[in-house]
Amino acid sequence: MKLLCVCGLGQGTSLILRMNVEQVLSELGIAADVEHTDVSTASSMDVDFIVTNKELADSLAGVNAKIIIVNNYFDRVEIKNALEENLK
Amino acid sequence: MKFLEPNLVALNVKANTPEEAIRKAGQLLADQNHVDHSYIEAMVESYKNNGPYFVLAPQVALPHARPEDGVKEASVSLVQLAEPIEFGNKPNDPVKLVLALGASNNDEHLEILKKLMVLLGNKETIEKMIHAKTYEEIENFIRGVGA
Repeated sequence: MKLLCVCGLGQGTSLILRMNVEQVLSELGIAADVEHTDVSTASSMDVDFIVTNKELADSLAGVNAKIIIVNNYFDRVEIKNALEENLK
Repeated sequence: MKFLEPNLVALNVKANTPEEAIRKAGQLLADQNHVDHSYIEAMVESYKNNGPYFVLAPQVALPHARPEDGVKEASVSLVQLAEPIEFGNKPNDPVKLVLALGASNNDEHLEILKKLMVLLGNKETIEKMIHAKTYEEIENFIRGVGA
């Protein structure tokens, strides 16, 4: 299973999201490949899930991956709920 | 690495638009010579091109650009707005705290992101930073995310 954390530039914020997503996945006992990148690269990558916020989800509308929306990148409870809901 | 040192924090700042708020947070970094002026412009450009995705938590914006846009030292500044501003990010608007991130390519970048995760992962800390009247009131939180 591959997850991609996406932000506008692929530098700061997607990395924050990735670190929190990885922590939540390990708490949930789910093994997955997690990477981070910018929104334009993301649309050409072959992954199972893309984690991003509402703002960028709209510009990823055409991708094959299932999009998981997280609005607060620092809120691990929200991230956990979003992942649990979508990865089942 | 420069993380929210006294001269990188400005409280009760007046700004009328997201662009003005981003510029003021970026100017704090530029005034200390941690970024070039071009970096401020790149942050504003990124907002125009990518939208308000960097409003990462309720009331908190984290504008940034690429290291090659003119970062001299990995750094973070904070502007606490006198009046909240709508950035256009529905779930997290309005914004009260603007933290400009001077992103670097080295290990300090990761360290800074970890500090931010600890600082902004605590909702009580965010509330206190929003209402702080003096730097001293937030100094403990900043120290708390230590090394």
